[in-house]
Amino acid sequence: MSSLLFDTPGPRTRARHRVYTAVASLALLALLGLVLWRMYVTGQFDYELWEPFVTPDFVVAILVDGLVETLKMASLSVIFAVVFGLVFGIGKMSQHAMVRAPCWLVVEFFRAVPLLLLIIFIFFLAGTGDGFGSFWSVVFGLTLYNGSVLAEIFRAGIEAVPRGQGEAAYAIGLRKAQVMTLVLLPQAVKIMLPAIISQCVVALKDTSLGYYIIAPGLTRVGKAIYGQFGNQFQTALVLAALYIGANLVLTWLATVAQRRFVGEQKQLDVPMGAGQAGGA
Amino acid sequence: MDVVIDNIGLYWSGFLKTLQICLYAAVGSLALGTVLGAFRVSPLPPLRWVGTGWVTVFRNCPLTVVLFFVAFGLPEIGVNGAYFWFGVSGLVLYTSAFVCEAVRSGVNAVPLGQAEAARAMGLTFGQTMTQVILPQSFRATVPPLASVLIALAKNTSVAAAFGLLEATARMRGFTNNQADDRPLIFLTFAIGYIIIVEVMSAGAFGLERRWRTAR
Repeated sequence: MSSLLFDTPGPRTRARHRVYTAVASLALLALLGLVLWRMYVTGQFDYELWEPFVTPDFVVAILVDGLVETLKMASLSVIFAVVFGLVFGIGKMSQHAMVRAPCWLVVEFFRAVPLLLLIIFIFFLAGTGDGFGSFWSVVFGLTLYNGSVLAEIFRAGIEAVPRGQGEAAYAIGLRKAQVMTLVLLPQAVKIMLPAIISQCVVALKDTSLGYYIIAPGLTRVGKAIYGQFGNQFQTALVLAALYIGANLVLTWLATVAQRRFVGEQKQLDVPMGAGQAGGA
Repeated sequence: MDVVIDNIGLYWSGFLKTLQICLYAAVGSLALGTVLGAFRVSPLPPLRWVGTGWVTVFRNCPLTVVLFFVAFGLPEIGVNGAYFWFGVSGLVLYTSAFVCEAVRSGVNAVPLGQAEAARAMGLTFGQTMTQVILPQSFRATVPPLASVLIALAKNTSVAAAFGLLEATARMRGFTNNQADDRPLIFLTFAIGYIIIVEVMSAGAFGLERRWRTAR
């Protein structure tokens, strides 16, 4: 098979590749062996360290107090963020500069500020003491940040609808709001859906920032477990596995949505959407 | 505002630390990410699997958990070091996955005909790479890499949770002491980050424009 970088290999190249493959595999196995050996030497396979993850009570705590709380935080913030993003994304496209400018400012501000800084600010401003607590501080922080990223996605999605659609809608006498709700949005949603689900992955990952203000969720349960068992290494691995599993499900959904609604086109790209690239 | 002006030294030292972490992590993740990107497009299956696995793991794992693993997990298996380097290496592990994807998308952005034409002219693999493919893919890589590095600059804030006194940790300290001025303190720190982000995106835009070629 020919690719950009290589022509179809001939017999000699294939033989050379077999040698390289063997060498690379050996090197990788050696690296893996080194890690496992270090873990063995320092006693990381001891049953006591893994015990909480096979004890039913702890497993229930991890799933109910951890995973479910985390998912709750993520889904609440995504729902709010969609509303926020819709309002400000459409606001940014307004024909009145008086509406456009503040919407632009809000979106740019919350996209550029690190989410953790925002969460800490919200928490200490209104979350602690008699405030609404760390759970909602994380949810509001996530809403503002993801909402701003979604605002950009919505704008890009609506602009990706062919111009003729809007023009035709105006031509048959629809009002501005009707053009948006009846013609542009329904078509844009299809285009945007995969990007929105990808943003859900970012939101789910970012719930872990609640660690800093001891918000509920996987990180707090993890903290309690390693506080009791002193098994930081194992806790980190299990938490990572849970997050990765949940995110892979979301990514799979995004791929399905992409195939179903958009086809083979590239996923909607929002440049400088730092969140798109990494989140926090 | 007085709080920040009175403690301008702490403010500067916070952002200096942020920039320092960002610089080291950027260099490290660009290097590691490029190697991983090369793995992903290499003809050797085991290297491709490593690249794919790396990207899958680190793109789906929260940075907090990665940093937690590096800062608290690695000492458990006998890897010790300063918190600063733990913070930097956590950011490198995480960011390299995104760099890898940017590099790969850059290579894939070069039309197949370019490489075929180069080979048809009899250029060697090295010549094809250095004269034809890399110059083009390098250009295509600038915008996604800029997004990745901007995200990295913001992500340095997560290191605050692991004992590094960079800007976000400094803001936390300020708000503890001066409850009344919290919004102003937040704004001054937010502006610091916004300046970093804007400078980076302006730089990326400049490079993109400079290297853009007529197609």
